[in-house]
Amino acid sequence: MSGLTVKDLVVDHGAITAINGISFTVEPGQLAAVIGSNGAGKTTLLRTLSGLKHASSGSAQWSGEYILGKKPENLVRHGISHVSEGKSVIPELTVKENLALGGIWRKDKKDVVAVTKEVLELFPRLGERLSQRADTLSGGERQMLAIGRALISRPKLILLDEPSLGLAPLVIEQIFHTIDQLRHKLGLTIVLVEQNAMSALRIADIGIIMNLGKIVATGTATELINDPALHAAYLGY
Amino acid sequence: MQQAINALLIGISNGFIYSLMALALVLVWRSTRVINFAQAGQAILSTYIAYEIVTRTDNFILAFIGGVLAGALVGAVVEILLMRTLFKHVSDGPVAALAPVIASLGLLGLIRSVIGMVWGNDQKPFFPPVSTNGFTFGSTTVPFSRMNLLIVLGAATVMIIFTLIFQKSNLGLALRAAAFQPEIARLAGIRVGAIRTTGWIFAGAAGAVAGILISPNDAITPYSLDSLLIFGFVAAVIGGLESLIGAVVGGLTLGIGLSFILTYIGTSLIFPATFVVLALALIIRPQGLFGSKAARNA
Amino acid sequence: MHSLRRLFLFIFSTLILLALSLKIEELRVYQGAQIAIYALGISSIVLLTGYSGQVSLGNGAFMAIGAYTAALTQIHWHLPLFFTFVVGTFSAALAGAILGGGAARLSGPYLAGATLALAVGLPTLANQFTILNGETGLDYTSGTPPTWFGESFTLYKWFFWIVLVNVMLMMFFVRNITSSRYGRTWKALRGNPVAAQLSGIQVGGSKVLAFTISAGVAGLAGSLLGMIGFVGPTGFGLGLSFALVTGAVLSGVTSLAGSMLGAVVLVAIPELASVIAHRLGDTERVTSNLPGLIMSTLLILTVLFTPNGPAEQIRKHKARKQ
Ligand SMILES: Nc1ncnc2c1ncn2[C@@H]1O[C@H](COP(=O)(O)OP(=O)(O)OP(=O)(O)O)[C@@H](O)[C@H]1O
Ligand SMILES: [Mg+2]
Repeated sequence: MSGLTVKDLVVDHGAITAINGISFTVEPGQLAAVIGSNGAGKTTLLRTLSGLKHASSGSAQWSGEYILGKKPENLVRHGISHVSEGKSVIPELTVKENLALGGIWRKDKKDVVAVTKEVLELFPRLGERLSQRADTLSGGERQMLAIGRALISRPKLILLDEPSLGLAPLVIEQIFHTIDQLRHKLGLTIVLVEQNAMSALRIADIGIIMNLGKIVATGTATELINDPALHAAYLGY
Repeated sequence: MQQAINALLIGISNGFIYSLMALALVLVWRSTRVINFAQAGQAILSTYIAYEIVTRTDNFILAFIGGVLAGALVGAVVEILLMRTLFKHVSDGPVAALAPVIASLGLLGLIRSVIGMVWGNDQKPFFPPVSTNGFTFGSTTVPFSRMNLLIVLGAATVMIIFTLIFQKSNLGLALRAAAFQPEIARLAGIRVGAIRTTGWIFAGAAGAVAGILISPNDAITPYSLDSLLIFGFVAAVIGGLESLIGAVVGGLTLGIGLSFILTYIGTSLIFPATFVVLALALIIRPQGLFGSKAARNA
Repeated sequence: MHSLRRLFLFIFSTLILLALSLKIEELRVYQGAQIAIYALGISSIVLLTGYSGQVSLGNGAFMAIGAYTAALTQIHWHLPLFFTFVVGTFSAALAGAILGGGAARLSGPYLAGATLALAVGLPTLANQFTILNGETGLDYTSGTPPTWFGESFTLYKWFFWIVLVNVMLMMFFVRNITSSRYGRTWKALRGNPVAAQLSGIQVGGSKVLAFTISAGVAGLAGSLLGMIGFVGPTGFGLGLSFALVTGAVLSGVTSLAGSMLGAVVLVAIPELASVIAHRLGDTERVTSNLPGLIMSTLLILTVLFTPNGPAEQIRKHKARKQ
């Protein structure tokens, strides 16, 4: 089976069980929004899928391959890119260097040049700041840089952890718009973790609602948006 | 005036050596967050290997290359065998937090004992490849010799090569990324483990160059680089511990500073002076000349 | 434990050990004195690292300060032996207070480097100032045992008695400090500096105090070591600091009782080494380097496999079984 399939996944942080047996499937090309309150286990889920965190049990497959237990640097080579929580850039490096980082491992240097150009077209503001250190960027620009770096690895699956964190509403809309654009243009599969439930669901195909390490509801994005019970309990409006 | 120039020249020559040692410490610190006290041991081991080659072949260049390669190799071995095991077993507790520092101290002791068993603890003369007599200009002879010139040129070459690698190459980018944010580096596809080993390899080579260049002025013993370790550490602290350029500037500052103190005040003060410099560096600029974050406060 | 009971325990064990010394071989008596001194030296590190969470690779330097000041006051001012110990202890404590003032602001690696610099640098002073008499060192003696102790009461026994009484006194003091308010403060600091600060503990002052006391304890150990051996730069170099750290790591750094164990190992290593060296043919190179080899290997293996010391490991193992 292709796409992303997670089965009976359990992940512990020492004595704390952050993810307690969850299963779901994201079809290729779909955008799945993962929603839940603080401490629901969303970040832990993404960290497990990208290889940063060990799972205690269960399985996860991407494009038919089992991915748990693999190292993040190898999963990147399998087309999985993780943009981690809190603007995943290296502040001490310049914008240019941060972007270059995403292409170091790739053999096809011509394509690295090409995709870098694409990224700079997508985020022109980065192009104007290439030799600036990343810590001088605004929050939104940093998020663009983080996504840009991930794209340079030519991923098939992107794991995005709260791209809207700490951004102004207008910038959030922009970022979400870009994400939506990207996946259609590049045919990406995306797992998007968000607190901003409505914005995320609006661009998502399916939604996964988590609470205390379990999935409490799944469905198409439209179903979830229109479910009044969920609104009250988890979506917060 | 003449005296001041002499002090300056000697200071620069020594300063370059201190810089190399500082560079070695900074490279390891950045890649693994360990102050590697065994650096002195690794460097003296490389120097003994160079000594062995030079006494057998009488070819300094061959000895230099052999010693530096040995230094690089020892660096890799230490990282892979000792540091990786150490970080695998790491747990909480008062010693665990200090485990890498203590392990590096243990390694320093181990390397010295092994050297002592193989070569003996007595002084071995390391013959200089070029004259150690000062240059003569007209009627005045300055204490700066061909050997000093070789030191400056050799050290400067190593630093230029390092700078090029670090600032211009992908390997350098990977090294810096892995040093600053290992997790993000991994997510970007960088094999941080291998990169870390590379950092130790470079450090081992830098330390070896320092040891091999400083030793021809003197005889070698298993302990003869202890003071270089201290000077290198102080230089690294002056430079901010994180910064390669800082290490170079720190080394030169310390070298020149100590040289003036020795010339004008007296040799007896070299260690107290070093200590004062260290204290001043920590008080005046706790983040170092080139450090951006106050990393050293508890 | 009640402090009164503790006092009796200390007095009782001191008396037993003093009595024992009359019954055993001369060499062992001397080694007993060495063990007691090392135990004191190690406990100076236990106090600092195990309790207040600071690291020192330079306590050998404090021992040197203790030994040299004690010797100098004996030579130049003819102070009675006990007062030279007091001088040695307080001089080292003063040095510790000065260094501790800076140390309190430093985190692990910086402090490790700075104290290492002290351990390497301080002994070189011996060759720079004529009053310290270079490599030859200073003459510092305990004097002969009182004649009314009898013929059979040898100089080594006299060493042992002096050492043991002083070590026990200091250990008693240290033991009480660690279970006092200060000891608890240090532990709180080590565990969670931020929380400790929030609960009103003066972080800086408390750390400096730990450094001062640790240095003082090391100073006394140094004076005693100088008395039974000699006061010179080779005896108080990096090797000594290194031995103390090894002993402290072997004993697990958190328990004062463990420091005895570490001390026994330190004294046993040269013995073991000489046995092995004998098998290997007794060449100069082997005999002079084997103790160092064994010690550093032991140190590395300990931090690799039982990072918190063998004692800690055993405790954990027991806890798991239950
Ligand atoms: N490194 C860690 N060590 C211990 N516990 C952790 C660790 N990381 C997360 N946890 C715990 O695991 C649970 C899930 O955390 P996680 O970060 O996955 O939540 P989240 O859904 O991403 O929350 P948020 O929306 O606040 O980012 C929480 O109870 C958290 O305290
Ligand atoms: Mg999160």
